[in-house]
Amino acid sequence: MAAETDGPTSSHRSVMGEPTTDGRFGDFGGRFVPETLVAACEELEAAFREAWADPAFVAEFETILRDYGGRPSPLTECRNLSSQLGVRLLVKREDLNHTGSHKINNVIGQALLAQRMGKTRLVAETGAGQHGVATATAAALLGMECKVYMGAVDVDRQALNVFRMRLLGSEVESVQSGSRTLKDAVNEALRDWVATVENTHYCLGSVMGPHPYPWMVRTFHHILGDEAAAQCKDLTGGDPDVVVACVGGGSNAAGIFSGFADGDARLVGVEPAGGAAVGRGVPGVVHGMTSYLMQDEVGQVMEAESISAGLDYPGVGPEHAYLAAIGRAEYPSVTDDEVVEAFTLMSRAEGIIPALECAHALAWIVRAAPEIQGQTVLMNLSGRGDKDVDQMMDVLGMHGIVS
Amino acid sequence: MSAAEASTRRDSFGALETHLRARRESGAKLLVPYVTGGYQGWQRAVEAAAAAGADAIEIGVPFSDPVMDGPVIQQASTAALADGATPASVLEEARELDTGVPHAVMTYYNLCHHQGHERFASALLDAGVCAAILPDLPYVEAGSWLEAAAETGLEAILLAAPTTPEHRLADLCGASRGFVYAVGLLGVTGERTALARTATEIAARCLAVTDRPVLTGVGIGSPSQAVEACEVSDGVIIGSAVVRTLMSDGPEAVGELVASYRTALDHG
Ligand SMILES: Cc1ncc(COP(=O)(O)O)c(C=O)c1O
Repeated sequence: MAAETDGPTSSHRSVMGEPTTDGRFGDFGGRFVPETLVAACEELEAAFREAWADPAFVAEFETILRDYGGRPSPLTECRNLSSQLGVRLLVKREDLNHTGSHKINNVIGQALLAQRMGKTRLVAETGAGQHGVATATAAALLGMECKVYMGAVDVDRQALNVFRMRLLGSEVESVQSGSRTLKDAVNEALRDWVATVENTHYCLGSVMGPHPYPWMVRTFHHILGDEAAAQCKDLTGGDPDVVVACVGGGSNAAGIFSGFADGDARLVGVEPAGGAAVGRGVPGVVHGMTSYLMQDEVGQVMEAESISAGLDYPGVGPEHAYLAAIGRAEYPSVTDDEVVEAFTLMSRAEGIIPALECAHALAWIVRAAPEIQGQTVLMNLSGRGDKDVDQMMDVLGMHGIVS
Repeated sequence: MSAAEASTRRDSFGALETHLRARRESGAKLLVPYVTGGYQGWQRAVEAAAAAGADAIEIGVPFSDPVMDGPVIQQASTAALADGATPASVLEEARELDTGVPHAVMTYYNLCHHQGHERFASALLDAGVCAAILPDLPYVEAGSWLEAAAETGLEAILLAAPTTPEHRLADLCGASRGFVYAVGLLGVTGERTALARTATEIAARCLAVTDRPVLTGVGIGSPSQAVEACEVSDGVIIGSAVVRTLMSDGPEAVGELVASYRTALDHG
């Protein structure tokens, strides 16, 4: 008798397997979009299944990520921080990818898929601007039209990335509605897609949104988890004790977790205190999915507040809600102050300026260090901090740390 | 359910559908204005719209993330929320209305999900509202909501879009209660300079598979566009034009606007 499978290549049911046919990870996920978009999501799912089963598609994806994106990204043993913290700290260097973060993996996958589906235009939301820059880059590479929606607040604090996107030939629209951050940029991108679905693909930037996005985006990021697992094995002979990543929507965390979810490593997703969807949220439905969501007592979605634009999101990908619900992963949160400290710590101790997003992961490691002494800790360094230096010049100058 | 039971159920229409069917039978084209609940003067706007010949009223319960709404209704929702509007306060005010026509609520699914399907449906009925439209809850995800609404006695209106595949359309129209909301174009709410070709196409596709009233909404911004849509459709929903008028010229102007649509539909 055939074993229960979750995909063409695995013979056992993975903790991070394929969602159910209605797009559920446990109680989370689904396809809560306007009727206008239901057919588009169905077509996207069919196209993704077909493409991912086509070796030529996968080969093209992997080739572009290698020759253009710079994969595989290295694994760096951080000796200085290791001795300071009393743990063995390994970091997966997604900051060294082309465009400076893990986002390129997903974007190359989706842009190739969109092209295969005959779409000529991409729309995207962006918070920190990293996903927007990655999407603009893929659009330039593949000759597609591109429009990026970005909250007005983020346009101000990530001016460099706005310029980058425009330089790459994309249109950037500053979103003035709601809290003027990432959640509103998602709304505006969805509104665009509702009107342009015939020729446009919505290149969603994290493991969120309606089915198949959470699953598809995670699948495009598997490569980083698979690489990290192999690199850890080479270096240490096995899996790390703890795997740590920051969580906004949760794509870099999903990518790295997927390399270890079926093993014994402790999985830690670190949220910002002001956007702790798993920590402080209750189940809700927005942006196409059921997941944990920060909302007020009647169900209005709350505004997240974080120093890091890329984590300023009141929800979280449904698979993370599921991993939290079944106890496979934990989702603590750290404060902006802890993040600022971690940001400077990594810069000075290792000569690596991390993105503020992944500084959250380090902030948790610093806090947890006394309890995990001697353990091997793998951290996903999801992006480089160049985009944040302008903002941090103000923050650190104010605190008199760097002036 | 036996076939006989199913057909009795099908025949026992709710208050909204009964009213709309009767109006349609009398030869009228159906006119349903939308007003954002909680926006300053909204109750008077609803009363003025009803007095001007609306067949039913759609009351918007403002939500933080109105993904199917364009700038005009977004602006009204944001203003209403800033004024402290909540689902409870809007329903409380809705209960005070005496318009003589059925009321439907239009809002987003999270407000329903958060309260729980049954409690949400009961709260609407308690406020004299007989139907609900949840534009971000598509038919494929609506199963348990449709059941809860049916059990409570609330009419759950479903939306059909130009992109709805043929294989789903008949089931969708069959499962809708009150009327079928035919989304007139690919896009969010807002007035357009011309009626989209898709407006009459989707209405015709719905009418081919259901005898339920089919109303076209999204993108109808003038009386002449309403008349054009009603060459096929049973009626129209007028949203942004009404809300824009409420915001710029106040509730009495809404009465005049609705009267202009009524006249056009009756004589156009
Ligand atoms: C470097 C970096 N890390 C993490 C994130 C957060 O996204 P996710 O939670 O999907 O990994 C962002 C988003 O902008 C980012 O730029």
